[in-house]
Amino acid sequence: MLEIIEITKHFGPVQALKGVTLTARPGSIHGIVGENGAGKSTLMKIVTGYQSRTDGTIRLDGQDMAMASPREAAESGIGMLYQEPLDFPQLSVLDNFIAGADAFEPDVQKAVLASLQVGFGFHLDPRQKMQELTVGERQQLELLRLIRNGARILILDEPTTGISTRQKSQLFSALKKLREDGATILLVSHKIDEIEQLCDEVTVLRAGLTVAWQQQPFDRRKLLSAMFDTVPQQNDTAPKVATSVPGKSVLVFDEVHSSVGRSGMKGITITIGAGEIVGLAGVDGSGQSVFLKAAYGLLAPEQGNVTTLGRIPGPEYGSTKNEKVFLPSDRLSEALFPGLSIREHHLLAGETPQFLARNSGISQTQQAIATASIRGSVNTQVEDLSGGNQQRLLLSLIPPQTQLILMENPTRGLDVQSAAWTWRYLRERLHPEGAIVFASPELEEILSQATRVLAFYNGKILLDKKTSETSQEEISLAITGQLNRP
Amino acid sequence: MNSTRNLPQMLLGQARDILLISLLALGAVCCLLLALGISPADIASTLATGAVGSWLKFNHVLTVWVPLLLCCCGLLFTFRAGLWNIGIEGQVILGAIGTTLLLRADSLGLPPSLLIGLALCAGFISGGLWGGFAGLLKNRGGVNEIFGGLGLNFVAQGFILWLILGPWKREGIASMSGTDLFARELWMYTPPGWRVAPASIVIAICAFLVTWYILSRTRFGLRVKAVGANPAAAPLYSIRPDRTGLAAMILGGGIAGIAGGLQVTCVYHRLLPPISSGYGYLALLVVMLANYKAGPVPIICLLFAALAAGSIQLPITLQLDSSLSGVIQGACVVAALLVYGWRKSRKGGA
Repeated sequence: MLEIIEITKHFGPVQALKGVTLTARPGSIHGIVGENGAGKSTLMKIVTGYQSRTDGTIRLDGQDMAMASPREAAESGIGMLYQEPLDFPQLSVLDNFIAGADAFEPDVQKAVLASLQVGFGFHLDPRQKMQELTVGERQQLELLRLIRNGARILILDEPTTGISTRQKSQLFSALKKLREDGATILLVSHKIDEIEQLCDEVTVLRAGLTVAWQQQPFDRRKLLSAMFDTVPQQNDTAPKVATSVPGKSVLVFDEVHSSVGRSGMKGITITIGAGEIVGLAGVDGSGQSVFLKAAYGLLAPEQGNVTTLGRIPGPEYGSTKNEKVFLPSDRLSEALFPGLSIREHHLLAGETPQFLARNSGISQTQQAIATASIRGSVNTQVEDLSGGNQQRLLLSLIPPQTQLILMENPTRGLDVQSAAWTWRYLRERLHPEGAIVFASPELEEILSQATRVLAFYNGKILLDKKTSETSQEEISLAITGQLNRP
Repeated sequence: MNSTRNLPQMLLGQARDILLISLLALGAVCCLLLALGISPADIASTLATGAVGSWLKFNHVLTVWVPLLLCCCGLLFTFRAGLWNIGIEGQVILGAIGTTLLLRADSLGLPPSLLIGLALCAGFISGGLWGGFAGLLKNRGGVNEIFGGLGLNFVAQGFILWLILGPWKREGIASMSGTDLFARELWMYTPPGWRVAPASIVIAICAFLVTWYILSRTRFGLRVKAVGANPAAAPLYSIRPDRTGLAAMILGGGIAGIAGGLQVTCVYHRLLPPISSGYGYLALLVVMLANYKAGPVPIICLLFAALAAGSIQLPITLQLDSSLSGVIQGACVVAALLVYGWRKSRKGGA
């Protein structure tokens, strides 16, 4: 039994945790929910020994623990599964599995890996390079590694972010099996559905405090009102823009082939017209990212033609009048410049004269911070912003004349309110002659926000329908390859 | 919010860093000296008199300061672009060669002052081309700028030797001591009692101001910074990371080339093999000590120059090798990296 009692944590004057208390029992899954910045990550870092606590007690099976280092936490049986798995991309699956084992016994470990895989229903090829795996597969290996290392208390941080529906169900059944075996599981998530499906009890954090605790069956309304001061509007399916008659074509793919990525693109032909909001569904790595990059011009197809806004796309170097934007899913490493301030990002994205003044861009930036309600100031460096605020910043950089907005996982890592805000903002800014194309691992998001869905499977589009004419079941079949192309 | 930093806080933080670095570095050096049975006070007074004991000695400090500051300016561009321009030594050498090439062409019949100006421009261009070459190797050939630059340093060293011993050898005899001296009128003007040409000081200061201005007050400077921070994101902002990096290499190499040119026209008045005097490598240390920021560079250059000049006195008064200055400089840099690293890890952990 893991008891966390009145944990507090100060960062200088900032109080990240003001008193968090929860008890996680063996043979149960304990959910931890809260909006961005509620203190979930800090709490996990303290429990796993990556950060020290200011005050409070951590008790493991009745014994007070210091948790002064990650090593101590690991030795006492605490294992953490990070959102982004920590592994060695150049090494094989087996090498990664062997790394961190007590002794170097490749043959033994190979057998251990195989038997664990059978037990959990995973199908990883031990010889494959780690970098060729999807996030979901890397996560599976990480989970097996933690179990091999004897972790009895597993902490999972947003484990379903960026993984496919099938991987998600595999993960869930693995967690259920571990629960039966008597493991203690802490699940950090902001997806209420998953919490309801999986958890036996749930603790809600808000602003560094434990504000609610519930056992199954959960009262969803109460959970949401504990997470937020107000209950956010669920399924914010507000007015979808005129879709009945798609306007002139914004994006045209004609028999496009590419071998980039896991499955590449295999003969994609599609036309997206003005006024459309198109959701790209599909298992991670089924061609959606390659599609978006080709549409933006970051990669050239090997066969076929892509026409974006009437031209062959390419990054419009030197031009400040971009009519298309691309927002990748990994914001800090693919879309922002760490070490640069919000203002500097606005200067880089906007129409900036060659020579700058001391106050160049300040008023525009202040205006953007206000409109996009970014929690930060003009000179805040972007790596100091939370994930949600980084996304707000990226959205605020979209110039008004933009006609095509391309996005990967637009609401990745955002809480319900930020996600709803993101979509309101995007719809307000949709150019009358423009379109939005986004990839999302969450079918609900596609069904509620998009006007049209393209379901990708193994580099092909298996389903192309208006969202009003399809269903979650049909899309699920398409993205798992169980639907024949009409 | 802890992420917003205001000016007094920043200044306070910097003052604390400087204090910490000095304490660490001086502490380490003092311990070393005491262990060797040498009085740190003696060393300090010898270094101080060696550096500023007389006008002449201070002049010597300035002759080191000028090329060192220029090399640092060049490195500020490349570091800002996220590039490790280890090839700066070669760029200094090529700058010296380019300048010499023009100064030898006295048959052009140009007035000497114009010729000197043109020669320095040639130094800028040849240093810039050499830097650009390393940049092209990176962009087109996938050669990391560190390895490319290191390789080009050896090429430059070989090239200068070949010129001095071959086509540009002295009348009748090839000598490692360099080419023939230039005609007097091609020496940059140095007033009586001075050892450093005032114009070279002006050039160094201007180069520094221009560097600071470009890096902090122009769109180009901002783009260089962006590319250095995250080349992967640059295309989304219509920035070409390869070209921006190349431009930084060319500019950086060009400014280093001016340092080489001034060594030729102001200091040695001829081309000789060790023309770069290792200022490029020393500048790498200075810029690291300055935490890659422009502001502190001139002062650190002055300190390093004073150490280098002051240490010449060591063998004379204390029978110690002058390389002790290198030990002190190295200790400062290691202490600085330690303090910056420590602060970064604290920030990352918070």
